[in-house]
Amino acid sequence: MRTPDFDKFKPTRSSLAARKRTDMLMRVLIYAAFLVAVIPLVSVLYTTIVHGITRFDWYFLTHNMRGVVGGLYPYGGILHAAVGTLEITLGAMVISVPLGIMTAVYLVEYSAKKRLHKTISFFIDVMSGIPSIVAGLFAYSMFSLIFGPGTVNGFVGSAALSILMIPTIVRSTEEMLSIVPVDLREAAYALGVPKSRTIVRIVLRTALPGIVSGVILAIARVIGETAPLLIAAGSISSTNFNLFSGRMTTLPVYVYNEFQQGMASCPAGSALGTDAWGVCVPGIRMERAWAAALVLILLVLVLNGIGRLVAKVFAVKTK
Amino acid sequence: MKKLTADKLFRWTATAAGILILGVLAAVFVFLLIQASPVFFGDRAAAEKTISSFTGGRTTSFLAFVGPLIFGTVLASGLALALAFFVAVGIALFISHYAPKRLSSLLSYVVDLLAAIPSVVYGLWGALVLVPNMYPVWQVVNAVFGWIPLFAGPVSNPPRTVATVAVVLAVMILPIITSMARDIFVQTPLLQQEAALALGATKWEMIKLAVLPFGANGLVSASMLGLGRALGETMAVLMILSPGSTYGIHLLTASQNQTIAANIAAQFPEADSLGVSTLIASGLVLFVITFIVNYIARRITKGGGKLTFRKKEKK
Amino acid sequence: MGQRIDVNHLNVYYGDFHAVDDVNMVIEPNKVTAFIGPSGCGKSTVLRTLNRMHETTPGAHVKGEVLLEGKDLYAPDTDPVAVRRDVGMVFQRPNPFPTMSIRDNVLAGVRLNNKRIAKSDADDLVEWALRGAALWNDVKDRLDKPGIGLSGGQQQRLCIARAVAVHPQVLLMDEPCSALDPISTLAVEDLIGELKDEFTIVIVTHNMQQAARVSDTTAFFNTQGSGKPGHLVEMADTTTIFSNPQSEETENYISGRFG
Repeated sequence: MRTPDFDKFKPTRSSLAARKRTDMLMRVLIYAAFLVAVIPLVSVLYTTIVHGITRFDWYFLTHNMRGVVGGLYPYGGILHAAVGTLEITLGAMVISVPLGIMTAVYLVEYSAKKRLHKTISFFIDVMSGIPSIVAGLFAYSMFSLIFGPGTVNGFVGSAALSILMIPTIVRSTEEMLSIVPVDLREAAYALGVPKSRTIVRIVLRTALPGIVSGVILAIARVIGETAPLLIAAGSISSTNFNLFSGRMTTLPVYVYNEFQQGMASCPAGSALGTDAWGVCVPGIRMERAWAAALVLILLVLVLNGIGRLVAKVFAVKTK
Repeated sequence: MKKLTADKLFRWTATAAGILILGVLAAVFVFLLIQASPVFFGDRAAAEKTISSFTGGRTTSFLAFVGPLIFGTVLASGLALALAFFVAVGIALFISHYAPKRLSSLLSYVVDLLAAIPSVVYGLWGALVLVPNMYPVWQVVNAVFGWIPLFAGPVSNPPRTVATVAVVLAVMILPIITSMARDIFVQTPLLQQEAALALGATKWEMIKLAVLPFGANGLVSASMLGLGRALGETMAVLMILSPGSTYGIHLLTASQNQTIAANIAAQFPEADSLGVSTLIASGLVLFVITFIVNYIARRITKGGGKLTFRKKEKK
Repeated sequence: MGQRIDVNHLNVYYGDFHAVDDVNMVIEPNKVTAFIGPSGCGKSTVLRTLNRMHETTPGAHVKGEVLLEGKDLYAPDTDPVAVRRDVGMVFQRPNPFPTMSIRDNVLAGVRLNNKRIAKSDADDLVEWALRGAALWNDVKDRLDKPGIGLSGGQQQRLCIARAVAVHPQVLLMDEPCSALDPISTLAVEDLIGELKDEFTIVIVTHNMQQAARVSDTTAFFNTQGSGKPGHLVEMADTTTIFSNPQSEETENYISGRFG
């Protein structure tokens, strides 16, 4: 064996400088990457607030779009869409929260090594990958076949959103349940507490803040869904309180509809400008779209905030 | 005795919930197939007429109708992934290895905020803010890279093009890839990072030697999940893109491509029953594509990383 | 070949926590110096300051100086990356790069500087380093197999080969045998005896028999209790430390009455 000539492997001044340069370049690129991500975030929030604030008022929140024509008074609002979003989301919760939590209980507590565990787990993954518009088609097809073709109402929307919510809830609940220490379960069994009581009283109780937080975050995720509701719940200009009959506008669909209709037509000779009796506002639809988008963002951010807060404040210390 | 029945009841309820999910998924999938079937097995002439009306008389065959849509879907999402991937890896590294500890949780929150914004808001922002501002950018891109067919002219103004759509889609999938990549990067064994540094590696060389190889599988899997999301995204595409139905690859030219999801949303309100069937059939195609992409992602994750970790814990 | 290290008034802090208090010592070239002491006494911390590895812990910083052949490692114009090239390190647990072959593991260090190394040069270096780490005969037929396929003791020797391949002047070893079985430990200990011809070696160990077996000089560190800084009690020839220590603290520790 020859002793290697170590001078060959010694760093030269230029190679060291080149390495330093690469290191610096990558550092700059990595910092830049972060800035690149912040730009759209700031831009989206900024434009939504600036454009949305003009029409974001009590009138806007408490009126629907009934009798709203072109850019003339009445200027319309989102009451019907807010009601729709509330009811459809509640409907989706009623379906997916019990189903999701019980499925997670089954996966964590009952089925550890069974084949059914694998199957369900696999299909939960499949479900979480379903594109939202396909979820809308799913719900639409199902209700069309059962209740007659073209069945479109709030509850169909709820069903579509459930398909998107269930996997999120199952996964987050699963995670929370598996954090609950085994000792706690064993302590309960040792006292002769039956399994179901142990799960309800101890495991679910301990995991509750995490589960609630997961549910809230799941709601925040689906509350902004547009495409499935466009198909499953449609839209309407008046307020519909009945979840099970008739079309129902939701906030995201409202944003889309307003945007889609473009500039408002103004009768010839009418005064143009901002709100006043008899004045026509040509850009009113965009203003409404932005204002509704602002409401939507606020809703999502508040839900996210609450979700995180619940998880943080009520968290059971596991260590 | 009474307690034992309650015990069983609870167990059955839990099991039933799990099975119900399987049942619903299966049923709904069957319903979709039934709803889509008239396109293939029903009145041929009527089906051809419907497809012809969807495509402006261009074709009467379902495959020729859905082909350009598949192409457009893959093109826009692939481009979005290409744009988002490096930025996402950069941000993830920034959070995991460059930013001070206190800052990094705040930064993670900022990234999560990006994920929380509803897609319709991104669509609105893309159509009303980004589109007017991107024209000069695309002109420059065209001037510099115009010799590559992808960036060949003419540059449409307003740029309601695949390129602009891809930018918005990239922003939307950025948080998905970033948060997964960050979770993996912070798990890189300290020992391997120290091994690299002790050999005289710079920070970037340490990342190349220890962090990136450790996270490689996870990055692929994260990209696939991001791609899956982009493939199914409807609103941003619907609100920004000026649709066309060609196999065109000129990203800067409008009215070339359309995606499956946006096409469904655009045509659905006016479609008759056979039209709905056609759209549902195209939705099934989209579902199959996203299923394959997501399946690949999960397979890769199962090989190493989080899922195996979780299984170990259960034992 | 090995170089001498002078440590003057070294204090180490983790944020506000004073971890090591005023260490002064001379580490002789081409000798094996062992750091011993109870856990929390700062021996590993001091070791890591000798190639500035402690800086990877956020908030860690030092006061005082560490001179390598008279050159201050903490001078403002000194690059920590260059320091670590001159002062190599082997860790508690074997940590070969899992995605790399045995050969690539050995070459990982030199490849940082030279992207293109002639194959024959690389072959020579790999053989030299692996022979130096007493691993050549075990692995010469499977150099392209992954390094994590080896046994724990072989992996640790691979890590030693990887560290010596960049040809540093000093080799730091942080409890290199703590994760190994007795036979592998013996192999690594024998290796340390051979390596000192080429390198200055500093080894941290919690095993006093090991310190007695492998080292020429021994430094004993101690602490007054948790939360108190660690300090150097005494440093002398290994035989002196184990047969005739100056300090009662040292005597108590090595006779097993404490720690």
